[in-house]
Amino acid sequence: MSRAPLVLKVALLAGLGAFLVAPDAFAPLFRPFAPGDSPPIYAQTPLLRLAVNHIVLVAAATLAAGLLAVGFAIAATRPAGRDLLPFARAVANLGQTFPPVAVLALAVPVVGFGTVPTLIALVLYGLLPIFETALTGLGGLDPALLEAARGMGLTGRQRLVQVELPLALPMILSGIRVSAVIGLATATLGSTVAASTLGEVIVSGLLTGNTAYVLQGGLTVAAMAILVDAGFLALQRKATRRAGFRS
Amino acid sequence: MGETTATLERPGARRLGAIRPGLDPLGSVFAALIGLSLLTLPLMTARPNRIAAGESLMAWSALPPGRVLALGVVLGLAAPLLVLRIGPRLRVVAAGGALVILCLAAGWAADHLTLPGDRYGRVSPDAGWWLGFATAALALGDGLARLSPGPGIRIALLAGSAVLSGLALRSGFWDHLSILREYASRSDTFGREVRTHAGLALSSVAAAAAVAIPASILARPVPAARTALLSILNGVQTIPSMALFGMLIAPLGWIGRTVPGAADLGIAGIGAAPAFVALFAYALLPVAAATVAGLDAVPEPVRDAARGVGMTGRQCLLQVELPLARPAILTGIRIVLVQNIGLAVIAGLVGGGGLGVFVFQGISQNAGDLVLLGALPTVAMAGAAAILLDAVIDLGRGPERRR
Amino acid sequence: MIDLAHVSRSFGARTVVDDVSLRVEAGAILTVVGTSGSGKTTLLRMINRLVEPSAGTVRIAGRDVRSVPPHLLRQGIGYAIQGHGLFPHRTVAENVGVVPRLLGWDRRRIAARVDELLGLFRLDPALYRDRLPAALSGGEQQRIGVARALAAEPPILLMDEPFGALDPIIRGRAREDLLAIQRRFGTTIVLVTHDMDEALRLGDRVAVMDAGRLVQEASPAALIGAPASAFVGALLGGGDRAFQLMSLRVVDDLVEPGAAPGTPIPAGTSVRAALAESLWSRRAALPVSRDGVILGRVTRAALEAQGAGP
Repeated sequence: MSRAPLVLKVALLAGLGAFLVAPDAFAPLFRPFAPGDSPPIYAQTPLLRLAVNHIVLVAAATLAAGLLAVGFAIAATRPAGRDLLPFARAVANLGQTFPPVAVLALAVPVVGFGTVPTLIALVLYGLLPIFETALTGLGGLDPALLEAARGMGLTGRQRLVQVELPLALPMILSGIRVSAVIGLATATLGSTVAASTLGEVIVSGLLTGNTAYVLQGGLTVAAMAILVDAGFLALQRKATRRAGFRS
Repeated sequence: MGETTATLERPGARRLGAIRPGLDPLGSVFAALIGLSLLTLPLMTARPNRIAAGESLMAWSALPPGRVLALGVVLGLAAPLLVLRIGPRLRVVAAGGALVILCLAAGWAADHLTLPGDRYGRVSPDAGWWLGFATAALALGDGLARLSPGPGIRIALLAGSAVLSGLALRSGFWDHLSILREYASRSDTFGREVRTHAGLALSSVAAAAAVAIPASILARPVPAARTALLSILNGVQTIPSMALFGMLIAPLGWIGRTVPGAADLGIAGIGAAPAFVALFAYALLPVAAATVAGLDAVPEPVRDAARGVGMTGRQCLLQVELPLARPAILTGIRIVLVQNIGLAVIAGLVGGGGLGVFVFQGISQNAGDLVLLGALPTVAMAGAAAILLDAVIDLGRGPERRR
Repeated sequence: MIDLAHVSRSFGARTVVDDVSLRVEAGAILTVVGTSGSGKTTLLRMINRLVEPSAGTVRIAGRDVRSVPPHLLRQGIGYAIQGHGLFPHRTVAENVGVVPRLLGWDRRRIAARVDELLGLFRLDPALYRDRLPAALSGGEQQRIGVARALAAEPPILLMDEPFGALDPIIRGRAREDLLAIQRRFGTTIVLVTHDMDEALRLGDRVAVMDAGRLVQEASPAALIGAPASAFVGALLGGGDRAFQLMSLRVVDDLVEPGAAPGTPIPAGTSVRAALAESLWSRRAALPVSRDGVILGRVTRAALEAQGAGP
């Protein structure tokens, strides 16, 4: 989808915006999927507000996960942190085996219902892709290049900021992209523990057997994910060009 | 815990041959967390019934005095050992000891806090126990990672711990713990839901592999087909799992009602069918992407040589390209299997069964222990699948190239 | 043995090989030399149909290669490339035995052939048979690559820069091995290289390619004596043509009756080496011996005359 022409993405963005601002205009489209006389458009909470909550929640979680993961990756690729590398990898791998629903479910008894357990699950689940790619980006740099930077007299900090991070940026961005896209889908699960996200629409649809709601919620999240994916891909390409790689 | 360092560093202790001077940074963090969890956080929670508010108890009030001593002694020995630069074997022993004593303590506390004949009281681990348990498990994992055992040993360890936990559960040692009380009232359905869960995850991954691997092999050499395949599957991934499960209910229900014979195959709007289809759809992309990447990674001279010595396209694929791509493909399958074991929880939301049934019941009844009854086996299954498949991938690499 | 008639190949608008006609005699070594992008590799790959010609025909032993299914054709032609293309997941024995297995040889015959070839390339079969390519040095991998190409005793061997990745000392030995094995089996060889020295040393005939065209095809001596164009001259390196010529010739034909002082040089020594010895040891003439018997002597004047242009 990400390679689809720009026109399609602009159309998708426009469609998504129109739907969120004036969902009732789309009612005829969803009519066939709503059973009997039940309303075809979810109205308990405005869709726009849910979408904004959803995006903000995912953005906050992705930002937190990004800062943590890149920090860990930097620490694990410094000389002093080399011993920790196998352990860090093992933990990151282990984190992936925890299903997001399970994280969510396990967090509820500890922190209660609502946004907080969702945020925790999203951060934990978002860590791994960013950590992995940041590690690949920082650890996979040509040793000759770092040797040259050292030879020119750059300090460790200067090497990190001026050489390593810019070169690893495309990889790091690809991790953040994956993490954000996964997060957008995972955040819907938050509504099973009463977080205010677009998942609310889907859950309500599932509980009342109203496929129109399920479609609304699902397609809105999918559209947002595709757009976010495309946006990050563009950023990634730009960073790749700036790092001097052929994109 | 640092004060014990000096005594243990005397020559007498060095005869172990494993202790070197200095502190282990990671081990120190583990030791500090274990100490913290035990001394500052409550070990257990006791509630008069399932939904009443609980009373948090520190270790010394949750256990009889003798048992407090045992817990204190084992953890008091293990934590300082982790701080030191000890060999990985000793590290595994120390962390394993801490893990075992915590598991024992949970059982002891449950027995201690449950009045004879009380069938409503609930005793469950609290924050201190969970933190201590997680830290000890991480320390054990760290020790094992430093030992870097071969795949055979890893499988044996996995099997060993599975048998051990099974025996402990069967012995009734933990029966007074809240999660097992939840189990006791659902023991008739638990086994069935576990089988449904595992069956959904395994069958969907097997079906996805059977479709995605041949499809990627066919599509890879044709740029347009390859792009189309990967973009479509990528699009599927963006649909939230809950929505995909839900969206499938209507069309599958329609197929089940209208296509003759479909209902006999189990195709229906409610039940396992939508869950299976959704899990299958999610598994396609990782397997396809891994297959394409694995085949792309076959070095061009090798492919050239295969054709140059007179292999047909089929021989080249079966004898050279697929064997070389196998680790990548297996890694893709490992990723989706772990992912689908987790996602199969969602099936509980659409009537597809599986451990998700307990999770979502627990959430709606505000019963944390019921949530755990669904979530813990899921995590254990996912972890075991990851360890097992990683070991299989390593076995396939052969001893020579693992070095 | 191999006949190329007006062979061309284009990729899109780019013509990589442009109307090349060549003939390789049975049992001869043809070296194809040129700069990178001259089309020499494409030319080689058209012989075993890894690349199909856009125009022209390739014949082997009088038969158009297009009349044979490509995989069967290739099973009968040895193929060794730079970087060896060894299968990383197969042992040395499995790599060497791949073509015999495709041909359906029985297991015992394959094992015997593998051991024989490893012995020929001075690799102890017991030690090397079960290793994976990753556990071998570059020189060993290269030898296994050539051994694999020769496994089914093909009458023709195609080689693309087979010695490109080797250090000079190993490269020299690998060339000697190749010549010894070629003499033993009488294999017809087409070898592509960018190194003119290598082309002159190994080739019975040398073909020079430039921008897809065949510029000159001649014996090494003729090529040095009369380069067909400035480009060939530049590839030859201009200045030391006399020495290149001398290193192609041996002293045997220059021996005359008479005595000379000092240690004899063996028959078969190149003129270039003999002249160097004469200069270094300050002897105007050197005795020549074969198997310990003095055949006569060569004079410095006779040696020097070999360096003169035609």
